[in-house]
Formats: sequence, C-alpha cells, structure tokens
Amino acid sequence: MGTVLGGEKHELGQPVPAGLEPARPRTQRRRRRFRPARWMRYLILIAIAIIFMAPFAYMVSASFQPLEQMFRLPPSWIPPDPTLDNYVQFFTSGRNIGRWVFNSFYVTTTITVAVVFTSSLIAYTFAKRTFPGRDFLFLLTLATLMLPSEVLSIPNYLILLHIPLMGGNDLYGQGGNGMLNSYWGLIVPNIGSAFSIFLLRQYMRSAVPDELIDAARIDGAGHFRIYWQVVMPLCRPAVAAVAIFTFQFWWQELLGPLIIIDSAELYTMPLGLTTFALGNRTLWHLIMAGSVLMVIPIVIIFFVFQKQFVRGISMSGLKG
Amino acid sequence: MRREWTAYLFHAPGLILFAIFVVYALFTSFILSFQDWDLIGERTWVGLDNYREILQDGDFHEAIGHTAYFVIGTVVPSTILGLGLALLLNSQIRGLGLFRTAYYLPTITPLVIAALLWTWVYHADYGLANYYLQALGVIDEPVFWLSNRSTAMPAVIVMSIWQTAGFGMLVYLAGLQAIPQELYEAADVDGAGGWTRLWRITLPLLAPTTIFVLIINTVGAARNFTPIFVMTNGGPPGPGGATTTVVFYIYQNAFRYLRFGYASALAYAMFILLFGISYLQFRWYRKRVEV
Repeated sequence: MGTVLGGEKHELGQPVPAGLEPARPRTQRRRRRFRPARWMRYLILIAIAIIFMAPFAYMVSASFQPLEQMFRLPPSWIPPDPTLDNYVQFFTSGRNIGRWVFNSFYVTTTITVAVVFTSSLIAYTFAKRTFPGRDFLFLLTLATLMLPSEVLSIPNYLILLHIPLMGGNDLYGQGGNGMLNSYWGLIVPNIGSAFSIFLLRQYMRSAVPDELIDAARIDGAGHFRIYWQVVMPLCRPAVAAVAIFTFQFWWQELLGPLIIIDSAELYTMPLGLTTFALGNRTLWHLIMAGSVLMVIPIVIIFFVFQKQFVRGISMSGLKG
Repeated sequence: MRREWTAYLFHAPGLILFAIFVVYALFTSFILSFQDWDLIGERTWVGLDNYREILQDGDFHEAIGHTAYFVIGTVVPSTILGLGLALLLNSQIRGLGLFRTAYYLPTITPLVIAALLWTWVYHADYGLANYYLQALGVIDEPVFWLSNRSTAMPAVIVMSIWQTAGFGMLVYLAGLQAIPQELYEAADVDGAGGWTRLWRITLPLLAPTTIFVLIINTVGAARNFTPIFVMTNGGPPGPGGATTTVVFYIYQNAFRYLRFGYASALAYAMFILLFGISYLQFRWYRKRVEV
C-alpha cells in the first residue's frame, strides 16, 4: 500500500526516466535520517484526519440516536441506546422517499451514460482525426469549460418551457410545460460536458497509439468501429474517471431540480432532503439518517473505483 | 480523409445540445437582458435600463464583494492545505490510502449533506463547534455562527475549505509523483536542505498543478450556491444579507422576485466577470503547460 500513486506512471503515458528505478534504497536511507520529523508528520496527519472525519462520525452516530439525545451535551459520539427509528421514520415521514431515491439514481445514471458516450465520441475526433474546423471546435469546447451552468439557468428554464411537442406544448412550444417538471428537463440540458471531452481527449492523445488506428483502418474498420473496439477499451481508466466525476456531480445537484421540478414526486434526493430543514422545525435526526443513506452510494463507488478515481484526477491535473 | 464527414457525425449530438442549451440560451438571455418580464405578463423592452440598474445596484455590488470574500477565503487556504497534506503524505507514509480517504471523503460528500451537516455543527445551543470551542476555552459563550453578520461567511468558508481541500491534495499528490527523483538526488549531492528543495525544486515544478487547482477551485467557488441556500439563505439578516453571493442573488431575482429580465442582465455581468478571470488564469496556465 506504500506508494499507491507511484506505480501508475507508466499508465499515464510518461516514460519513466532511466535511473529512477533504483531510487528505493535512497528513500529508505532518507527515512532513517528524518525519523524525528516523521513522528511529527504522523501527528499532524492524524490530527487533521480526525478533524476532517469528525462531522461524518457524528452524522453516523446521530443517525442512530433519537432527536432528544442529539439535544444533549456533551455530544454523544457513540449512541447510548442505538436505534433504527430514524431510518424507519425517514421512510415513513409521509414523503415519497423511495421515489426520490429512484429519481436520483435514474437521472444521475442516465446523464452519466449519455455524457460518457457523447463526450468520448467527440474526444476521439479531437484526439485522433483531422478535419476542417477541428481547432475551432476544440477552442469552443475550452471556452465552454469556463461557462458555469448557473449563468444559463434562466434561459434554459425558458428553453425547456418552450420545447415543442413536449409536456402539452404545441408545435410552436406554447401552451404546456415543455420539459419542465419532468425527467427530460433534468437530463437533456446536462448531457454536454466540456470537462469530460477535455479529459478524455488528453488521455486518448497519449494512451492510444496512432499506429493502432492506422492498422485498424487498413483492415477496413470504419471510424465508429475503431472508436468502439480500439479506442474505448484502451481508455477504460479515463472513461471510469469521467463516469465517476459525472455521477458524483449530478448526484448532488440542487439548483437544477430546484428550478425545474415542481411536483414532489419528481424530487431528487438533494432537493428532498432540504424539505426536512424547514425554518426552526428542522428534523435533524431524520436528516442525519437520510444523509447517511445518500452518502453510502458515493462512498461505495469511491472505494470500488478508488484507483481509477485517483488516476482520473491525476490525468486532469497533469497533461497526461 | 475520405470519410471526414463521420467526424462531424460524431460531433452531432454534442453540437445540437450546444446549439440549444448554450448558444441559443446565451442569445435568449441576451435579448431578455434588455427586457422587463415577470414570466406571466407582457415582455417590455427597456433598452439599457437593466444594465444601468446593475451599475447602481448596491446589493449586487455587495454580492460581488461577498463572492470575492468567499472565493479568496476558500480557495487560498484550501489550496495551501491540499498542498501541505500532499507534501506530508508523499514520503513513504504508512496507511496512505487511509489518510487519503479521510481527507477526500468530504469532497465526494454531496454538497447538500455537507451543508446540512455543518449547519448542525454550527448550531448555537447543541452544535459541535460551540461545545468544543468552549471546552477548549477558545470562546467564552456560544456564538450564533450562522446568524451573526460577521461570522456567517467565515463559517461557510470553513465548511468549504473542509469540502474542497481533498481535491487539491489528490491533484498535488499526482503532481509530486511526476517530479523526477533524480532532481532530489542531485540536490542531496549539492547538500541542499529540506526547505531549499521545497522552494527550489518542488514548488516551481508544481506550478502547473497549482494553476490547475486554482482554476478549478476558483470556478467552483464562484458558482457557490448550495451552501448558501441551505445554511444561511443569503443572510443574515435575511436574503440579500451578508452571505448573498452573485449566483444566489441571480437566483433570488429570477425565481423569487420573478425579475427575469434583470436577472438575465445580472447573469451576463457575472459571466463577463468570471470569463475574464478564467481567461486570465487560463492564459497563465497555457504559458506553462502545453494543452
């Protein structure tokens, strides 16, 4: 477990300089030299880790405590009488939690699949093909990278409202709700992702040798087949990273659903959770239970794909 | 070359979405920014009135100030903390995976949950912050963190630093791994100490990483909405108060006061500001890193 990031240099496409391999003995010698400082390091690292983890630990603990126990000092880090009541109450609080969980999963998964597909197609043409207008389109992508979606939330609200032939609209987009208050509205505007295109393109440029594509072409493969059967299998780490980033981002999205969704049955989990925090009648014990439930999928995904995740971040940070 | 057209075909889904939800959206809000509209009544042309109002709108200017406060207050400490953690972790530390997870967990936590959780941490009577700060003797009596004009923004900032530092740490860890060991060995031979190596080798070589982290963190912080919506609702004292950031102010004008025209003009103003900042950062980035 020593150097988790260390072994990944090859896969990042950076040739390891000769003479780097025998670096181990040196670092060991250095380790001995700095021993006193190392204890300090551990002390600092552990102290910060405790501070970073404390809110989580409390959240988990509080989710097994009745509300009265939460209103007692000192805070109980280990519930004195652990109970599952909060979880039961969370699901029977008169809100359609099951539906919200489904909505969140459905919307987030659909966006993720669509983003991975559209972005990788575009990234492939940016990385491996020449065609008139490529550089212009790439510049456009970079410019979009700097355009926060919040700025577009107002016009997109209106555009969704006036999508023709949707949600009771006529051919001219009048008369109904368009894509507002529907899954469409939560999914469609969010499928384009400049960040994903950029990340995938950077990876493809270094991870997919041109010779391989040329060879496939000589064998008579069309571009879609090359993309699907040659490029994509070589880009699994990048694809995984994009998928995880996308999932994580849209799993927590609040502003979009807040603006687009009206009916409670179409709420996503983040929007739904805010209904437990109303003024001074905040149902803290239920929020804690709901939060634990909402963190679990993300934590599982993180643990399962930790390697790809870390690699994905390193790819986006370095030029890859 | 013969089959160039397939390249455009690959772009088609993305371009259609881009045309509708970016180009047409920018066009729509541009038109809207010269109009007055409450979503239900008639649209009326008001010329440059909305933009004139922006120049005189004290609340908006304050919102820019709050946003700058939040962005700088979050990004600088968060980046430094991320760098510090990465440097500490990058020396054959045992349990690296464990530490890394501990620092990164806040970053993968859905923002709504982070915000709700910290609202409880800051609870005046039963929150963890007041209890332990009093126990340690840092404060004498409970502080109303989120309902006090001077402490509300710092409180949100602390939450945000906690939430974003893990990202910087991971990127820096990757950056550190990319620095050739030979440089340090050469420095060893020259008898350079730890500080010299940090300032002369590590930090200069991490410059592209630093710029990247700064750009991502700045854009992320400037978009800040969820924590404000959940923790303070723009207050204290109420919406428009000490933690009203630009995005929150735009949201408020559009979807609470139904001033779609004015809100669109505000969004344009924010876009121009943010684009300018990102552009400068990005040029700085490109100068050092070939994209």
